Amino acid sequence: MSNKIRLATVWLDGCSGCHMSFLDMDERLLELADKIELVSSPIMDAKDVPPNIDLTLIEGAVSSEEDLHKALAFRKNSKLVMAFGDCAVTGNVPSMRNMFDVDEVYNRAYVETADTQKQVPRSVVPALLARARPVHEVIHVDVHLPGCPPNADIIFYVLSELIAGRMPDPMKIGKFG
Amino acid sequence: MSESILTLSIDGKDVSAVAGQTILEVARENGIAIPTLCYLQGLTPVGACRMCLVEVKGVPKLLPACVTRAAEGMEVTTQTPRLQEYRRTIVELLFAERNHVCAVCVSNNHCELQDLARRVGMNHVRVPYRYPRLGVDATHPRFAVDHNRCVLCGRCVRVCDEIEGAHTWDFMGRGIECRVITDMNQPWGSSETCTSCGKCVHVCPTGTLTEKGRAAAEMKKRLQFLPYLTLMREARP
Repeated sequence: MSNKIRLATVWLDGCSGCHMSFLDMDERLLELADKIELVSSPIMDAKDVPPNIDLTLIEGAVSSEEDLHKALAFRKNSKLVMAFGDCAVTGNVPSMRNMFDVDEVYNRAYVETADTQKQVPRSVVPALLARARPVHEVIHVDVHLPGCPPNADIIFYVLSELIAGRMPDPMKIGKFG
Repeated sequence: MSESILTLSIDGKDVSAVAGQTILEVARENGIAIPTLCYLQGLTPVGACRMCLVEVKGVPKLLPACVTRAAEGMEVTTQTPRLQEYRRTIVELLFAERNHVCAVCVSNNHCELQDLARRVGMNHVRVPYRYPRLGVDATHPRFAVDHNRCVLCGRCVRVCDEIEGAHTWDFMGRGIECRVITDMNQPWGSSETCTSCGKCVHVCPTGTLTEKGRAAAEMKKRLQFLPYLTLMREARP
């Protein structure tokens, strides 16, 4: 077997901007590809949470029962977990619903602003949690990378440091927003 | 009149001060950076935000550098692990208290609270967020106030009172209920005392007070006029 770093990326309640920013590393992705094996990601087709993950990047706040399930499952199988971007670190835009009750949020989205079929879904769509929460409030997080989104340079810096076995300090070059 | 000159040390460096100067003023004159939020040169310091707390040898409690006067032989330390931890915690509490969502804020990238977070190494907030339901008052023709972003530094209150002389702004309520208000807690647009000078907008460290018509990250505060505030006050009879 290869001794590449087993990397997973997860997309919870976010806009996928952090994943887009990841792809913005452009040709540096080739450099990373020599050192990383991507084992699960929204840009690939992995149905189950793979075992023995070295590093999981979690984008997005924990907003629904599905998000919570994923956060717990990836934490269980990962050595290191990184909160990837502002939604994962602070709750950010998804948390703006937190000043309202879940029923008010459902009503606004599925009844007040709907033209037809005014009804709140009770199946298929994962149920919302009472609040959209930063990832560190539900699982242990080893690295916090703020930014909306974090730019490609800082993602590359943080990944390079982690691959080299060092713990990066993203706040040296990163910021919220 | 001769001025009395004091000698003290800040972070192990011997510095001199004119009697009456604060620790913060002396530190800044000597290139020693102490973080501040409610302090603004030209306005009366109030020691409200506690970002500038320092340790003084022989004094058991921490002292705010902006309102503590330098004294002969004083030994001041500005960057101990305890102070750094407290400063970070203060910034975290400010972020948790209201709804500071940098990404969609008009002051994104031009915000003193956002800068402080970076400066104190706040990579996440360790206390639970409150998510209070706070409003926006956009009744003034040119300006708006978004209470979600307010840190209650009181710079708007002081600039309006001390420099503009209008005293439109004030505080209402205590503790977690505290708000900045215009006149008798009425819509800003209906204020009879506001001169629409805009000083409050530009001294506000966050995206609380803004000019209308700004989208996310577009509100740059213009602080160039601030040195004149001090001159204007000193020139008063």
